[in-house]
Amino acid sequence: MAYDSRDIASFKNVWVYCEQRQGKMMPTSYELLSEGRKLANELNVELCGILLGDNIEELAQDLGKYGADKVYVYDSPFLKNYTTEGYTKIICEAVQEFKPEIMIFGASNIGRDLAPRCAARLHTGLCADCTHLDIDMPTYKDFLREASTLTEERISGLGVIKLFGEEHDINMDMKMTRPAFGGNLMASIVCPRFRPSMATVRPGVMKKVVLDTPHDCEIIHPAFELSEADFQTEVLEVVKAARKLVDLIGADYIVSVGRGISKDVEGGIKLAEELADVLGGVVGSSRAVVDAGWLSADHQVGQTGKTVHPKVYVALGISGAIQHQAGMKESGTIIAVNKNETAPIFEIADYGIVGDLFKVTPLLIDSIKKIKEED
Amino acid sequence: MKIIVTVKQVPDTSGRIAVNPDGTLNRASMQTIINPDDLNAVEAALDLKDELGCKVVAITMGPPPAEGMLRELMAMGVDESILVSGREFGGSDTYATSQILAAAIDTYGIDEDDIIMSGRQAIDGDTAQVGPQIAEKLGLPQVSYAGEIKKDGNTLTIKRILEDGYMMLKVKTPCLVTCIKELNTPRFMNVWDILNTYEKPLQVFDYEKLKDHPLMDKSTIGLQGSPTNILTSFTPPLKGAGTMLKGNGKETTDELAGILANKHII
Amino acid sequence: MDFNLSNEHKLVRKMMAEFTESVVKPITAETDRTAEYPRETIEKLFDVGIMGMCVPKEYGGAGADPLAAAIAVEELAKQCASTADILATHNGLCCDPILTYGTAEQKAKYLPMLTKGHKVGAFCLTEPNAGSDASKGQTECVLEGDHYVMNGSKIFITNGYVAEVFVVFAMTDKSKGTKGISAFIVENTFPGFSVGKHEVKMGLHGSPTAEIVFQDCIVPKENLLGKEGEGFKIAMATLDGGRIGIAAQALGIAEGALAEAINYTKGRVQFGKPISKFQNTQFTLADMELGCEAGRLLIYQAALKKAAGQRYTKDAAMAKLFNSEHAMKTTTKVVQMFGGYGYTNDYPVERMMRDAKITEIYEGTSEVQRIVISANMGL
Repeated sequence: MAYDSRDIASFKNVWVYCEQRQGKMMPTSYELLSEGRKLANELNVELCGILLGDNIEELAQDLGKYGADKVYVYDSPFLKNYTTEGYTKIICEAVQEFKPEIMIFGASNIGRDLAPRCAARLHTGLCADCTHLDIDMPTYKDFLREASTLTEERISGLGVIKLFGEEHDINMDMKMTRPAFGGNLMASIVCPRFRPSMATVRPGVMKKVVLDTPHDCEIIHPAFELSEADFQTEVLEVVKAARKLVDLIGADYIVSVGRGISKDVEGGIKLAEELADVLGGVVGSSRAVVDAGWLSADHQVGQTGKTVHPKVYVALGISGAIQHQAGMKESGTIIAVNKNETAPIFEIADYGIVGDLFKVTPLLIDSIKKIKEED
Repeated sequence: MKIIVTVKQVPDTSGRIAVNPDGTLNRASMQTIINPDDLNAVEAALDLKDELGCKVVAITMGPPPAEGMLRELMAMGVDESILVSGREFGGSDTYATSQILAAAIDTYGIDEDDIIMSGRQAIDGDTAQVGPQIAEKLGLPQVSYAGEIKKDGNTLTIKRILEDGYMMLKVKTPCLVTCIKELNTPRFMNVWDILNTYEKPLQVFDYEKLKDHPLMDKSTIGLQGSPTNILTSFTPPLKGAGTMLKGNGKETTDELAGILANKHII
Repeated sequence: MDFNLSNEHKLVRKMMAEFTESVVKPITAETDRTAEYPRETIEKLFDVGIMGMCVPKEYGGAGADPLAAAIAVEELAKQCASTADILATHNGLCCDPILTYGTAEQKAKYLPMLTKGHKVGAFCLTEPNAGSDASKGQTECVLEGDHYVMNGSKIFITNGYVAEVFVVFAMTDKSKGTKGISAFIVENTFPGFSVGKHEVKMGLHGSPTAEIVFQDCIVPKENLLGKEGEGFKIAMATLDGGRIGIAAQALGIAEGALAEAINYTKGRVQFGKPISKFQNTQFTLADMELGCEAGRLLIYQAALKKAAGQRYTKDAAMAKLFNSEHAMKTTTKVVQMFGGYGYTNDYPVERMMRDAKITEIYEGTSEVQRIVISANMGL
């Protein structure tokens, strides 16, 4: 029977695209497997990983720890480096063969290159850069009660979506929630008429959970064919950045600087580094700082930068535009230092100090040092 | 040789935006701008035009007022524009949008040595999907996240930026490239082109013009052709007010460090 | 009658607003502090066709009209009056007289230099003893065979030490007073040309003002602009056009100061509410807005009359007088509104106040403008 993305009933199981680069698994893959496990449990189906690369057998073995029931492995020298056309071909053929109902990708540069291409070829919907996924309707409604300003009446009325005179029950559909319009608005998207329901998920948003008990995981090697003729691009080289990029996503403490450092850029960054050192964290920044070239792009927190949720986020001289808030407002504790008492950052800060960061930061460093020494 | 650049007019999300009581965006209250990443794509195209003397064509899908944006682009040096506009196209998600734009680009014509350029993503949806999906619909190779582009005959050498480094790629034209802001600094409009821009050719492609294209089908465009649907949109609640500490001297920072330590945060 | 700008004018405004925001604004305070000529900004203004914008396409310009030129100056002046001054002088006082009075050969030689050639232009009229009264000029220019020999000096020359093409006024026949004045195109490379003292000014620090000295300066005969004895007429007509530029500069300064005031008063909380909510503040801001709008209409009227080839001497004088006095009044009030902060260079308003003052003085003082207006009233 021909593949038909509208034949909803013929699709089953949750798939996670497990991205590896140069034989190393991207940490997001584990986050997605943990999230995928939750979705698969709610649907009472299997969680499967799909892994493409060259010599990657070992990586596959590891995925069971994060809840995968099966891993589909496509191992070939042709797949050593990521290419849009090679990877799209394999994934689309796999989807057509095994028909997963849900497929999630990490929203990395590669995930966001690959997923839309696959969705277009498979004629299905894709929701980009999701920050929250749900199947179970009551859980989703609870999420809305907490995370939205929607009225109870609107929330409890959700369950059916009417399209062109036809009603679609979306109780068991994946509800994909994501920021839109620069984080000013959140939207929940569904894909009720096509399968698989596809999503890319922001790295760092989902929590990685290692299972306590060993989990049986079957490794499958489906047949596939690839030849030179399948490739239109040639990878000349893959270069890892020589400079160590800041790991904002994994950090428990982040000290970010904003435009407020402009009167002494070097001094301001140095203070942030000192405070980060005392806390055992790293330095982040607002977009303005990166745009001005004061710090490299890997430091940027916010809508166009990284989403972080450290234990403590210290904002030094950051006014707190909505775009910046989009990347850090989920932080455990937010501390803001700003000269301007009306800065929006104070609206979301747990603790605010109105003052010059160049005066306050050295004092704060001393105070924290003192407390730590007392311990 | 020509370069077709896909562009989008978007609401300016840099300021605070207005939201209607029902959770939808109050578009009427917002200024529109040219999507920032698309300007990088336009600059990349104009750069190649300066070097090779090729034609640059801007294409957008949007309501008739989007003409203003196209005139601005032609005032930067773009030679021609296509406005894809029609009631039938409304409500399109990325899948349906790329279907329509691919049909429009194909109708305009793509030659062996042509390039299609897109911005990385648009600031209203931030999906980064339409570029790759146009490439798929046209059966062309794509290179996204281009941080450097060199053209030598029919071959492009492109640096694709990754989170942890980069990839050098070679691809033959025709192909689609998506551009990031690090690629270049978009130029300003210039007076010569400003005074000429309303004389430059601008074609409107409506549903009638495109309806016979194989990619065009009522079931694959517009709301009907969009696989994804919005279940609900909402604004997040404001976080409860935090504590503004008094003063900004040593006592204040000591107080803060004390609170953090008591809560075992540090 | 249409009070709306054309689409093209709107695009010029938008382009200049973007240019000013991203190129000019970040360095304005620094330019004021160091008094350094904003060379890169001017190069970029050449790149986008603003320097020399009214020169026809055949000579490398864009063929823009006087209104577009005024809008460009206005937008620049919102952030940097110095840059606006350099532009207004180049376009209004150097390109314009060469375009209007130059021979085909002069236009073909000099206008491309002033557009695609990225050479800055200047205008030399004022002398130590000949300010408002140009008839007392001491600079002489005597024909000797196939060239003129020029002697004398000019002061307060905008673009003085960066310009390469100068429109210079000198006496070819002292006995005839203003009828003995002639105009010349002089290059900075001509033998006997030199730059004298650089002026240290109260404001407009980024605008390069200098004395220009001619010592047996050799000026080729073919560089006579217009006919001998037409210099005064050329100077006065050029200044009519130049005054539109200064009016636009003054308007821009006032608008810039008003924008600062609005921003500041909305954020500054006193007695429990932003000071923009106090009626006293609101009335002051309303008056400023009114002055800007009225001033803008005077400028547009003068520019449109110039474009249409109508007589606009009085219109230009009114536009200049009104806008310069309004800019001075506005910036002074805005500094007051900012209180102590306004007097420091943490905020740009003290610079705006210093910059505004010159608009009441150069290209004809406010007193001269009143003379021009009243002379055109049939009194």
